[in-house]
Amino acid sequence: MQNKGRKQLEGILFPVLSIIVALVLGAVIMAVMGYNVSNAYLSLLKGAFGNKNSVGETLIQATPLIFTALSYAIALRCGLVNLGAEGQLYIGGICGAIVGAHLTGIPGPIHIILVLASGFLGGALWGLIVGILKVKFNASELITTIMLNYIALELVSYCVTNAPFKDMTPGAAPRMAAVADSVKLPIIMSQSRLHLGFLFALIGIVFYYIFMWRTTKGYEMRVIGQNPNAGRYSGMNIKTNGILSIFIAGGFAGLGGIINIIGVNYYLAEGFGGNYGFSGIAVALLGSCTPIGILISSILFGALNAGGIKMQLLAGVPSAAIYMIQGMIIIFAVSKELFLWFRKCAPKSKEKKEVKADG
Amino acid sequence: MAEDLILEMRHITKRFGSVVANEDVNLKIEKGEVHALLGENGAGKSTLMNCLYGMYDSYEGEIFYNGKKVSIHDPKDAIALGIGMVHQHFMLIPALTVIENVILGLKENKAVLDLQAAAKKFTELGKKYSMEIDPWVKVEQLSVGQQQRLEILKALYRGCQLLILDEPTAVLTPSEVDSLFEMMKKLTSEGHTVIFISHKLNEIMKICDHCTVLRRGKIAATVAIKDVKSREELATLMVGKEVKLTTEMKPPKLLEERLVVEKLCCNNDRGVQALYDVNFRLRGGEILGICGVDGNGQSELIQCITGLRETTGGKISINGKETTGLGARDILKLNVSHIPEDRHKFGMVGPMNIEENMTLISYKENLYSKKGFLNWKWIGKHSQEICDTYQVKTPDVKELAQNLSGGNQQKFVVGRELERIPQLLIAVHPSRGLDIGATKYIQSQIVAQRDAGTAVLMVSTELDELIELSDRILVMFAGKVMGIVDRKDASRETLGPLMAGISES
Amino acid sequence: MADLITNFLTADIRTATPLLLAALGLVFSERAGIVNIGTEGIMLTGALMGCLGSYLTGSAMLGALLAVLSGGIMGLIFAYFTVTLRSNQIVVGTAFNIFATGFTVTVNRLALNGAKVKGFPVYQIPVLSKIPVIGKVFFRWSLPVYFAFLIVPVCWFVLQKTNIGLKIRAVGEHPKACDTVGINVFAIRYGTIIFSGLLAGLAGSFVSMGQLSAFTEGMVAGKGFMALAVCVFGNYYPTTVMGAALLFGAADALKYRLLTTSLAGQYQFLNMLPYAITIIALCAFAKKSNKPVCSGVPYRKE
Repeated sequence: MQNKGRKQLEGILFPVLSIIVALVLGAVIMAVMGYNVSNAYLSLLKGAFGNKNSVGETLIQATPLIFTALSYAIALRCGLVNLGAEGQLYIGGICGAIVGAHLTGIPGPIHIILVLASGFLGGALWGLIVGILKVKFNASELITTIMLNYIALELVSYCVTNAPFKDMTPGAAPRMAAVADSVKLPIIMSQSRLHLGFLFALIGIVFYYIFMWRTTKGYEMRVIGQNPNAGRYSGMNIKTNGILSIFIAGGFAGLGGIINIIGVNYYLAEGFGGNYGFSGIAVALLGSCTPIGILISSILFGALNAGGIKMQLLAGVPSAAIYMIQGMIIIFAVSKELFLWFRKCAPKSKEKKEVKADG
Repeated sequence: MAEDLILEMRHITKRFGSVVANEDVNLKIEKGEVHALLGENGAGKSTLMNCLYGMYDSYEGEIFYNGKKVSIHDPKDAIALGIGMVHQHFMLIPALTVIENVILGLKENKAVLDLQAAAKKFTELGKKYSMEIDPWVKVEQLSVGQQQRLEILKALYRGCQLLILDEPTAVLTPSEVDSLFEMMKKLTSEGHTVIFISHKLNEIMKICDHCTVLRRGKIAATVAIKDVKSREELATLMVGKEVKLTTEMKPPKLLEERLVVEKLCCNNDRGVQALYDVNFRLRGGEILGICGVDGNGQSELIQCITGLRETTGGKISINGKETTGLGARDILKLNVSHIPEDRHKFGMVGPMNIEENMTLISYKENLYSKKGFLNWKWIGKHSQEICDTYQVKTPDVKELAQNLSGGNQQKFVVGRELERIPQLLIAVHPSRGLDIGATKYIQSQIVAQRDAGTAVLMVSTELDELIELSDRILVMFAGKVMGIVDRKDASRETLGPLMAGISES
Repeated sequence: MADLITNFLTADIRTATPLLLAALGLVFSERAGIVNIGTEGIMLTGALMGCLGSYLTGSAMLGALLAVLSGGIMGLIFAYFTVTLRSNQIVVGTAFNIFATGFTVTVNRLALNGAKVKGFPVYQIPVLSKIPVIGKVFFRWSLPVYFAFLIVPVCWFVLQKTNIGLKIRAVGEHPKACDTVGINVFAIRYGTIIFSGLLAGLAGSFVSMGQLSAFTEGMVAGKGFMALAVCVFGNYYPTTVMGAALLFGAADALKYRLLTTSLAGQYQFLNMLPYAITIIALCAFAKKSNKPVCSGVPYRKE
């Protein structure tokens, strides 16, 4: 029992430690580059939580991150490494944007559902390719997901510059046609841009919990993810489950893409993905792929994203600098051994000294 | 006396975390002898030898080799001193050739390898001990017996004087065991020393000069074999109290046929035929033991019956229903329980807790789940009941399976399978890796199932276990059934030749 | 026609060079049982560092040296986390890529801003470069190209014929067995990871200074991952890896060739070509592979 308490404590302690270490190292790197670190971090904090609007921006950033993190987590629970949330998010965005812009004359709520469904389906089908290649040809999903990301990126580039997908408004920047007003998500917090999509993300987390821990299908996936041989022994179908998990995972990433479009930008332009796919991996890993963990770390990463923009404006540090911090957070979050090692080393060195004193 | 010692280990203590694997062990080995290290599974035999071979960074105590104090903290140190070890799981690399395996890591290797010269030296060595192996084939093409010989040659090639053999006979047929023993005699006659790890009493009685008995990590006794009167005496030393070596069995009450296998054929993972026209019938109320050296088709046979492997010919019927071609789930539904050969690999999910493991087979059934949603409340209660019934020691059912001891893990796997009241029970190596207490318990549960009318198919490599428990024993060799021996005729002498592929006709 | 072939082959070799360099390094670390998808990030950093070094010193070779060094350091860090601390190799690799994205953008905006730098000078081999077609295709290159193709037989020899090569091949298959014969598994893994880092750094510098001689953000664009695929496709042998790299290069050369045709309007689809071919190659060759048994599994000495 005592053991359990300690484990829970460690579950919180290690992520917090990894964030602190990453922030400190990030500060060192920025200082070496000659930036004013305190100014940078202060503006980052201001941008993330300074006022109601910044809190809204943080949660807006957290929304797609929750979806991409869930995407990574769902596949991982079934033993697949989905590095393709980025591409699945793009494809979801494209499909949703097409339905949102070109389908007209439908009542708002139904239209929103259709847009979400097509976003989900787009991402899910993009994920399905990975699953089929894995099952049919044993092609490593590590490489196929990444390659599909680049292909999706090229598709985005095509859609924003070519008819019939591009915005036909004369003089418009390269982007896809704006979605109909009826599908734009309502704002849910005054004095901010926070939209209904955030609630959808929370529902997504609840779905993830119920599906994975309460249903037999989710149970199958978790068994297969931890020990595929045990799954085979009890008669589970490894292949179908793998394909289903990457299908759902892709769908979640696709939802993240389309919700960001109908909640914030209202049209799809190049770069709308904002690296959410890869940051989502960081979010999932920092939160150990648990529902609560994903929620908390998505808000943290949302804050980093939102604050990063302010940091660029006020302190002149490129907002991309936060990717350095994100990268380091991931490394430390999965390197518990590092902290354990420090703990082990500290008393050891003392012992040695004592021995020397004796001798 | 003292100058005859090749090795002395003094006050060796090895801890893994808070678990003490060896405590204050003192061991003396004379030059030129075969010295047995006897103990149950988990008594600390392998750990002690791994210390000696430098597999562990840290342990307490001192080692004297040829009278000099030495420091061994890396296999390099042990090899340099002339200590060689043949591990229970061979330390060979299947994808490399024989000669590459032999010279791997040798200090005297030049930057650019001269495989030809090495192969010549290796072949000469092989001739000397009449264990010739082609140096240019890949190790994956060798049989298990050949691999063991290669391991021994590898150690000799490195100039070893003291050879440690860790459970070398577990994977061999009786005739292969005999030639291993001859080889050991030859080695000792040339002045080599052999440490022979085993828990098989008759082998120790046959080949060894001295025997050191380990019990729960400590030395229980060191005896000269010539002073030992019977193997029961050794057994008593090993387990600490008098044990009866045979279980009383009631005569079987035979019921209807539960499993019929006709002309079964299948391929192994590499696509090579693994089973050739296997035929047998199994009725309720009897135990059919399947005996054979590991890797003679037993695993493939079980996988075919349980729906984990495709058959290439023949027919399987369970409870009168043909099951050829059905998947694992459909077969489990026919009231079949399966205690798998490797519980870590198949039987359980280590990072999941006990209640999640208890639902592994039945999660789709009523009570466990409804309309796709699991009923954790009931599952928790039910799991607790199984733990209580089958004596699984655990703080609660939320404990992760990987935190339990091997015996408790096997008990909950067995509990989970028996609780389903099977009509056909397939038990593969049910007592492998367990201590004597847990073994006896699991065996008694299996016998109780048989007495209650279950048809039991039991695979084991432990001949004694099979002879003790089985009503009939089917012997497999190279994917074929060599014969089925009745309980009254079953003995090491009748089974041995069959296991080696020698049939009477 | 001769021109067409010359141009095609030249483009092929140019694209194949960074893939080959990185993949040769990966052959060693993969054989030792390490999956380093952080190669992408190391190449990106190498691309930046190459330009930065060339910008600061005015010498492309010194720039390449800086790129190689940065690759080696990143390899060392990767080895520390994955070998010593036994962290998940895929996750650390992903983190490397994210970090490198941020790091290169930040440094680029601070110091370079896409400034044009001195690229690798071309060395024409006397006499040989005068041979028609062949001379132009094979003997008019910068040093990294010659280096990449010349070390292929060296790598093959080291891996297949030497003591250290045998150790490397053994470590990826069965680290524990290596331990029992006194091989230092950690040292071998550290060594191969650092070596592959060095080569990935050089490969990155060729991406930025091989032709354009300027750094643009995200310019490695998946070449690190492709190198990984080349390594799988080439079945972990240096010689076949060279063939695989040239095949991938050909796909890219084909893309540039088609860009000059009427298909150029839909250039995005042409851009997809190398990625699609990577996937197809992977599917065709993933099944019968020489992949080390303990690939991606950290080794714990008891």
